[in-house]
Amino acid sequence: MKKYLALGMVLLLVSLAFVVAAPREGALLLEGSTTVGPIGDAFAQVFKKMYPDVSITVNKTGSGNGAAALVDGRCDIAMMSRFMKDKEYTKAASGEKPFLPVAHAIAMDGVCVIVYPSNPVKALTREQVRDIYTGKIKNWRELGGPSMNIVPISRDTSSGTYETFEGLVMNKEKMASNVEYVNSNPQAHSRVKATAGAIGYVGLGFLDDSVKALEIDGIMPTRSSIAKGVYPVSRPLFLFTNGYPELGSLVHEFCTFYLTEEGQEIIEAKGFVPVTAY
Amino acid sequence: MQSSRPAEAARFDRPLLLSPGKDLRGYIFNKLGRAFLFLVTFVSVVAVLLIFYFIIREAAGFLAGPYVKQFFTSASWYPESHEHPEFGVLAIVAGTVYVTVLALLIAVPLGLLAAVWLSDIATFKVRQFIKPVIEILAAIPSVAFGFFAVLVMAPWMQTHLGYDTGTNVLNAGIILAVMALPTIISVAEDSLSAVGMEIREAAYGLGSTRAEAMIRVVIPAGHSGIIAAIILGMMRAVGETMVVWMASGNASQIPSPWWDLSQSVRTMTATIAGDMGETVQGSVHYQSLFSIGILLLVFTFGLNLMSEHFLARVRKGKGA
Repeated sequence: MKKYLALGMVLLLVSLAFVVAAPREGALLLEGSTTVGPIGDAFAQVFKKMYPDVSITVNKTGSGNGAAALVDGRCDIAMMSRFMKDKEYTKAASGEKPFLPVAHAIAMDGVCVIVYPSNPVKALTREQVRDIYTGKIKNWRELGGPSMNIVPISRDTSSGTYETFEGLVMNKEKMASNVEYVNSNPQAHSRVKATAGAIGYVGLGFLDDSVKALEIDGIMPTRSSIAKGVYPVSRPLFLFTNGYPELGSLVHEFCTFYLTEEGQEIIEAKGFVPVTAY
Repeated sequence: MQSSRPAEAARFDRPLLLSPGKDLRGYIFNKLGRAFLFLVTFVSVVAVLLIFYFIIREAAGFLAGPYVKQFFTSASWYPESHEHPEFGVLAIVAGTVYVTVLALLIAVPLGLLAAVWLSDIATFKVRQFIKPVIEILAAIPSVAFGFFAVLVMAPWMQTHLGYDTGTNVLNAGIILAVMALPTIISVAEDSLSAVGMEIREAAYGLGSTRAEAMIRVVIPAGHSGIIAAIILGMMRAVGETMVVWMASGNASQIPSPWWDLSQSVRTMTATIAGDMGETVQGSVHYQSLFSIGILLLVFTFGLNLMSEHFLARVRKGKGA
């Protein structure tokens, strides 16, 4: 009993020391991409637990809005699923308080194209996937599979996964009207798992044995091929800040949180790939 | 226990005339009570009006904008396209009509037969047991129905009916029918039970069989409740969101040929629920969703008016 009490005291002291050692307060405002948003949300939750006096707001309004907000000084960190455009850089550098936005690549986002496990088709090109979703290819026979109608399944149009897929595969073409929509990665997974003719797409974290991931342009989606950036349906996710953040500041800690063990676990749990490869 | 004391006689110790103070207090309390009750009733009316106001306010920008014509004439729904967003709502309205009509086609005959059986054929004991069970069906959360639709019905349709996709009009229609059944059964059963025994006995006395009494006398007598039951079931089917979002497939297309129930459709409620989460507030897409909300309101409002009108006409005609 006494031992436990002592242990408890020690733990309490340690945690107290931790809190006392790094008192933080203030507010942090994040704005931008719906793809990066879930990571921002999860990081913010951890920070709120570590620093109860800090208030963190995460607005998911799209990469473009995030960049605009950073340029106008309306947010501290812009979450972006693409790099900043020249125009946005120019605007930041020529405003009232000129500054250079700095990018922090915190994770890789890879979207895997999946089919029913017994489907003999193993590899597709991006063009073929696009033709399936635009309705030009309607039967697996045209792709070397059995004669079976293709059931294309997409994520809802406001999700980040859709945004990635649309940007890297669809090439600005519209999806056919018979494409079905589901509103989460697990749902997309379970629909493909249960539908013989289905094709769908999910984040890498949602792959398992009950569905089959396809090679795209000859490259299999794996942690390493996505982290290295060779898998074609992958892209880096960024946090942009106003200059490089002051060392030791809250913004600095937030933008380097992806390097910690907890940060990497969060990134994987959200279905993304950490940028480290070891 | 019987009270042995006789009932109290009228009391004469109360003054016939109230003092001015008491009189005034009574007057004030009377007025206050009325005002309070009025306010309580008023709040619910105001709530409805505010809902209308906010939905119309959010949709106003869209309805005054350049996409209105397309909204009502096109079937292409591509709200998030960067170059050429399209906001045609026809396919989505068609989706709602498809699943609702199918659900009613299944649920109304089943529900009415079940109500007839419960009210006139089942024994008292059986009824005592079955009615609560049916009412439990109404208490099951719709997500649970949705899971059933996706994980059980959809694979079954694919393997046994040979459909390409299991999330389709038929799946959504059947699940919605099951969800509307408890409402239809219990309201219809109540109205059939409310038709008094003497009416049935009179029919038997005139020589009709049980079937004749049921069809010719009891059902016509309880028709208003039955119509109410059907309309309540229909409202449930039109307004249901989670289940159709999971079971219908959400492809924004009008099935062709029109009778092909194995195709996916997208309903108004599912579109609003599915797209609302992450659209940019105040964007055209956001406003277009509120415009769909207005359509939905008009839809249910129309249903309500129709039922009122119909009920009133029938009542007048039959002179009930």
